[in-house]
Amino acid sequence: MRPARIAAGALVAAAAVALVLLLPHWLSDARAAEFARAGCFFIAILGLNLLTGYTGQISLGHGALMAVGAYTTAILTADHGFRDLWTIPLAGVVAMAAGFLLGLPAIRLSGLYLALATFAFGVAMPALLKKFSGLTGGSAGINLFDKALNRSTGALGSVHVLGRTVATNDFLYYLTWGIGLLLAGAAWLLVRGRVGRAFRAVRDSEVAAASSGVNTAFYKTLAFGISGFYAGVGGSLFVLVSNWFVSPSTFLFALSLLLVVGAVVGGLGSLAGMALGALFIQFMPSWADNLSSAPGAPSVFFGAAIVLVMILLPAGLGGLLGKLAEPLTRRLYTRSQEGQ
Amino acid sequence: MPLLELRGVAARYGPLQALHGIDLSVGEGEIVAVLGANGAGKTTTLRAISATVRTSGDIVFAGERLPRHPEAVARAGIAHVPEGRGTFAQLSVEENLRLGAHVRRDRAGVKADRDRVLRRFPILAERRRQAAGTLSGGEQQQLALARALMQRPRLLLLDEPSLGLAPLVVAGFYDVVSELNEREGLSVLVVEQNARLALASSSRAYVLEVGRVAVDGPSSALQRDESVRRSYLGY
Amino acid sequence: MPLAVDWAGVAQQIVAGLSSGGTYATLAVALVLIYRATGVINFAQGELAMFSTFVAWTLTQHGLSYWSAFAVTVAASFAGGIALERAVIRPVEGRPVLTIAIVTIGLFFVANGAAFWIWSPEVKSMPNAFSTRPIRVAGVAFSISDLGIIGVSLLAVLLLWLFFRFTKVGLAMRAAALNPESSRLTGIRVTWTIALGWGLAAALGAVAGLMAAPPLGSFDQNFMQPILLYAFAGAVLGGIDSALGAVIGSLALGVFLNLIGTYVSWIGTDLRQAAALAVILVVLLVKPTGLLGSGAVRRV
Repeated sequence: MRPARIAAGALVAAAAVALVLLLPHWLSDARAAEFARAGCFFIAILGLNLLTGYTGQISLGHGALMAVGAYTTAILTADHGFRDLWTIPLAGVVAMAAGFLLGLPAIRLSGLYLALATFAFGVAMPALLKKFSGLTGGSAGINLFDKALNRSTGALGSVHVLGRTVATNDFLYYLTWGIGLLLAGAAWLLVRGRVGRAFRAVRDSEVAAASSGVNTAFYKTLAFGISGFYAGVGGSLFVLVSNWFVSPSTFLFALSLLLVVGAVVGGLGSLAGMALGALFIQFMPSWADNLSSAPGAPSVFFGAAIVLVMILLPAGLGGLLGKLAEPLTRRLYTRSQEGQ
Repeated sequence: MPLLELRGVAARYGPLQALHGIDLSVGEGEIVAVLGANGAGKTTTLRAISATVRTSGDIVFAGERLPRHPEAVARAGIAHVPEGRGTFAQLSVEENLRLGAHVRRDRAGVKADRDRVLRRFPILAERRRQAAGTLSGGEQQQLALARALMQRPRLLLLDEPSLGLAPLVVAGFYDVVSELNEREGLSVLVVEQNARLALASSSRAYVLEVGRVAVDGPSSALQRDESVRRSYLGY
Repeated sequence: MPLAVDWAGVAQQIVAGLSSGGTYATLAVALVLIYRATGVINFAQGELAMFSTFVAWTLTQHGLSYWSAFAVTVAASFAGGIALERAVIRPVEGRPVLTIAIVTIGLFFVANGAAFWIWSPEVKSMPNAFSTRPIRVAGVAFSISDLGIIGVSLLAVLLLWLFFRFTKVGLAMRAAALNPESSRLTGIRVTWTIALGWGLAAALGAVAGLMAAPPLGSFDQNFMQPILLYAFAGAVLGGIDSALGAVIGSLALGVFLNLIGTYVSWIGTDLRQAAALAVILVVLLVKPTGLLGSGAVRRV
């Protein structure tokens, strides 16, 4: 069975890579920018999925972790001479540290109480960003276009890479989804290994896990840290995608909420679902906007979409994808079994 | 016509088949025991009747097919005292009793029954305002029975009433059940691990093994049958 | 005069704090109701209350007095809450708590958007519930409106308590929340108790909104969001699984926020929400179950 699974997995990965590579040919410039934004959400939601879907810990503060990554990139690029791209991994690391901190309450709290603690973090972030204005530029935010134009890759409209000239939005699309696929692969490996099994043990029953010798405190904190890294990278890329500008109002609590919606609608525990969830939270609001220009109507459609998906698709969009792909994967498994 | 009849009843927990089509009946005014080892399907049988598990097959009560919702089963006149007694620990004894009568609409009858129940179980009267969770195991068992009686059921389902209780307490409990059966014609289906006790208190018994009826018959006959006792009942 | 403290002023601020605390308390009890029945925090509770308030406003625009509109709206909200639960929550009843929570988030967007869609975004103002004249008690001037709001909020909560303690349906609802399995065996229709819980919560929300709107002078479709935050903080402070705790916590929070807002200059009115958050954090750090809560903090 194992060779079949690896073959199926490789096939899916290859399809995903092909899709990412080829899609921009059909996308307008504006659309590519939207997809790039979705890519940032994809990365953040991947991390949230590891935390909530695999380790069973709730977080209503991942928007704030994105903010940590975003501001790390903005500050390093604007004030410390870094080129924006090199700050991406650093943003991830700083956000990972913040994630560890956010995870400390998780050792003592769970369920609603953990949600509340992370909620407080998520709500407080904009205010904190405004307060430490010396570092963060306060309410005005940080504008890399003004402050560090030469270090903002692609800010002038195109990027030279590998001997070719690529439009900025296409570049950002490839950058975000490329990193996204890489991190998705890393998540896939993590989930299949010992760490992933420990995560799932903590999710399914902390008591059972602890009595089997799993250090639940360690793995919970680790899950927060890793998901923080992902959120940080997502946040860092978010700066580039948002016209190289951040301000506290980019990271309101609504973002944390939106990330959770994206993760659950996508289908917790499904990596492919996370991509669908990211696309959902990126495109559903603007699709709703197009349906009606009446004030409030887009919210109604967006909210209704969320409610409908939750009612109709218990396993989220990823579950639906799994069901649709079932005939194909079943054939793959049985074919190779016959071959053996 | 028996009060309760199970025909070809099967039940499963997800992929696990717990009952494989059993036939069972309880006559009006009878005390029937269901015996067997752990995992034989005894509790599942009661759950099948009270519709707290998915079943297939026929379950007929007082001539009519029993609806497949626990609330409707209670309304039809069956009181199920589950494993662990199912008392509401945070509510008072009094409130537990009130809840027992939830399906009834005759206020006067409920009040009369409550007085009777408190007379029969004086310890409950003494502790009526206490939270049910603060009662001892034996007292909680009395409360569970009292609550079921408040429903004025035609059929009482008891799941392992002797579990965790001292022999004297258990004996007293079964005395009450027998008295109710003799005086008021209450029909009882009791699931028990303690086969000796159950056979002594019942008129008929079924012995389950891995979800099937292995042996059934009059309790007195089963008590005398050494091979049955040794193979199925452990004594 | 032993201290140069303006005791009259403090008393007035306390009463004003209790008044806003009263509206938080009503909404907090609604949150606790649904939390105890389903294990979920209804994120949309504030927006539903806002929607009810707007309905009431429309009624007052069509000639009804404030109190007539109040009565009609609370009754309609009760019915609406039941209908909403049947339509949107019942299909996901057995699912994980997170799924149901996401549904309430969806409801948040629907209610908020619908309110903007139906009513224009211009600010509205609600006729006063109580007279705006001051009343003198022991020589100190208090606002009748403040006292009235405290009274109505406490009355609403008291009526709810009486309902739960003394009626058959109320007892059934408590039982269903504590032990759904045993409740079913007793013949209680658990799913209907949940619907009833949503109805009562919606009615309470309407009361909260209708009490909160008039003193604001002018309000728009977002006016309940800060109140939801304060209700949350109050419920956390008092214990999220205890209605009494939610009431005490909310009243205390209202007074606390008012006092520090008035007397600690650097906090002022903008940091009111931050102060509420700080309260949540402190409670979570020190005693997560709150003053009167007893729930399991660690779901093991």
